[in-house]
Amino acid sequence: MDVLEKLTILTDAAKYDAACTSSGGSRTAKKGYIGNTSTSLAGCCHTFSADGRCVTLLKVLMTNRCVYDCKYCVNRRSNETKRAAFTPEELADLTINFYRRNYIEGLFLSSGVFRSPDYTTELMIRSLRLLRETYRFNGYIHAKAIPGAAPELVEQLGFLADRLSVNIELPSEAGLKALAPDKTKQAILTPMRQIQARNQQSREELAKYRHAPKFAPAGQSTQLIVGATADNDLHILRLTQGLYDRYRLKRVFYSAYVPVVEHALLPARDVKPPLLREHRLYQADWLLRFYGFRAQELLDEAHPDFDPRVDPKCSWALAHLDFFPVEVNAADYESLLRIPGVGVTSARSILAARRTGPLHLENLPKLGVVMKRAQYFLTASGKTADGLRFTPDSLLRGLIAAERPLLPQPPMEQLSLFAAV
Amino acid sequence: MTEMVYCYDGSFEGFLCCVFDSYANREVLTAICRDEDFIPTLFASRAIPTDRDHAGRVYRKIVKCSPWAAELVRKGFLTCLPDREIHLYRLVRKLLREGPGFLGNLSDPVLYPVARAVRHLEGEAHLLKGFVRFSDLGGVLGGEIEPKNRVLPILRGHFCARYLNEKFFLYDRTHREALFYAAGKAMIRPLADFQMAPPDENEAAYRLLWKRFYDTIAIKERYNPKCRMTNMPKRYWNTMTEFQDESYFTARSSPAAVSDPGAPAGIPAPGTLPAPGPSSPGSAP
Ligand code: SF4
Repeated sequence: MDVLEKLTILTDAAKYDAACTSSGGSRTAKKGYIGNTSTSLAGCCHTFSADGRCVTLLKVLMTNRCVYDCKYCVNRRSNETKRAAFTPEELADLTINFYRRNYIEGLFLSSGVFRSPDYTTELMIRSLRLLRETYRFNGYIHAKAIPGAAPELVEQLGFLADRLSVNIELPSEAGLKALAPDKTKQAILTPMRQIQARNQQSREELAKYRHAPKFAPAGQSTQLIVGATADNDLHILRLTQGLYDRYRLKRVFYSAYVPVVEHALLPARDVKPPLLREHRLYQADWLLRFYGFRAQELLDEAHPDFDPRVDPKCSWALAHLDFFPVEVNAADYESLLRIPGVGVTSARSILAARRTGPLHLENLPKLGVVMKRAQYFLTASGKTADGLRFTPDSLLRGLIAAERPLLPQPPMEQLSLFAAV
Repeated sequence: MTEMVYCYDGSFEGFLCCVFDSYANREVLTAICRDEDFIPTLFASRAIPTDRDHAGRVYRKIVKCSPWAAELVRKGFLTCLPDREIHLYRLVRKLLREGPGFLGNLSDPVLYPVARAVRHLEGEAHLLKGFVRFSDLGGVLGGEIEPKNRVLPILRGHFCARYLNEKFFLYDRTHREALFYAAGKAMIRPLADFQMAPPDENEAAYRLLWKRFYDTIAIKERYNPKCRMTNMPKRYWNTMTEFQDESYFTARSSPAAVSDPGAPAGIPAPGTLPAPGPSSPGSAP
């Protein structure tokens, strides 16, 4: 089988993994090596695929052969599909040549479980070692830690990669039992804990010795599949928050389940992937990481799922109208961030600009405030937009209309159903 | 004070000299234009010679008031903002008159157009860090772009670090200039015309591999061309490998030009490879 065919099979098998950022890397250019990851701080998309997703890394599987039988996965043992495996040489050669042509920022290497977790991990380690040591590759590498692999191997992997991830995939243990019978919660959490501890230790060593080796310097991430099981948004968001708090994860990715297989326990094949729900979860995740929100502020037992009609921040604002309007000349940073239509950058611009004099409504768009949403929730020097009058109902309609052009496409039909409400 | 139009040679130093001379002559400028763009108007005009010493004095003065303002002026000069010179001139005037206080207010009417244009420049440069495509032309990497702003000075540091041990060039079709890098030295030079050499077999093969990867990575159930277009406007597609037609993937030069596959120039060829098949004691299925 030639490399073109292998690439086709092993890309196709890897495409459902959502993680494709290269953030947090900090390898500066080195003499005799190729590449740097210093610009990756802001995330560097090398292209966007036809589904609108950012492509940063060569995202492939080492092999799609797998001894496991996770029900939701195209690579599961019982699925009849063409199998292939890269040799470490082929993989290193592809990565370097793509990197030189500026097609990619680095490699995202995952794999089916070939023979055993240890065997698979060793194969990955060999590829990465070849890339780092022989080809002197100094770009970004994200590697998947295979649940069940020996800790020594995970350790070796971590010294070669910038980021490690262990995919949780199914947000609950019940889901795992039913759909991924070969995996246990323990097998997933053990490497996560190890990666966190080792990363912490490596940071401390680095503080003492400048040349101490770096263990997964860009931290770890994970992915949750949304819509394959009955878990609600509240459950998923609480899990996310726990992962950020307790495991110091850099990112949690969500992947709307695309029905690729027929199975009694899974959504039927003609069910559309829940893209809008995935979008809402990303928005909420953003609020947790940058806006100082907590999961329980956004959802509770009475409202366990996000409102498909408006984004989570607007939802929160609608439920807390007494918090508003916020006066932009007086409010602190945290309160500014609560205003729909005000982001991290515009909140900072407001703080800086108001030091030079009082702000008026007409200043705000230039500071990056999205007035279509923000107008209902703020005052500037005591004033609101001219002729702005609204009831809770018209407010909701206004917010829905303001967000509509920004939503992922397929859920539009769903939305128009709600628009009449 | 009288109202004046100044003409200069189009260089950054030349622009700074316009600022210098406007103070020396106690004149307020209504327009600053490049010598070749000058159209006689009702206003009096003056041709400003470029004097490096004058330029340096103005620039140092700006840096002293605010290093950030100096960066804005430098970068602002690279933008495609219409009448950028006069906007930059007004920014410098306000800075020298009032001091740097107003720079905190992004909605300031003099600052805003410049800051916005610079954001646009930086945004475009950021996208291009990803969207630039290089070809291996017998060991030298070459690429082409069609940016709205003059991004090469912004991209220089990034690509020189990325390809520290390579030789490369990047041609800007819009502004007809190119960034060259070899042996640790980089320079940007005007280049009136440029034709990219056709790919050899090795190059054509990697182009095809990339195109295949690109076509395969999309999930058809999530097809969303609008989202792709928002993130990656069509004007960039012209120079991107994955959007070229068939001829781009066909080799056209002699096999002699094909470089050693798998051993890219500037990187030592792989030494002894590890034995095939990793060992994993005690973990056989
Ligand atoms: S372990 Fe499960 S999810 Fe991973 S490739 Fe195998 S079947 Fe798919």
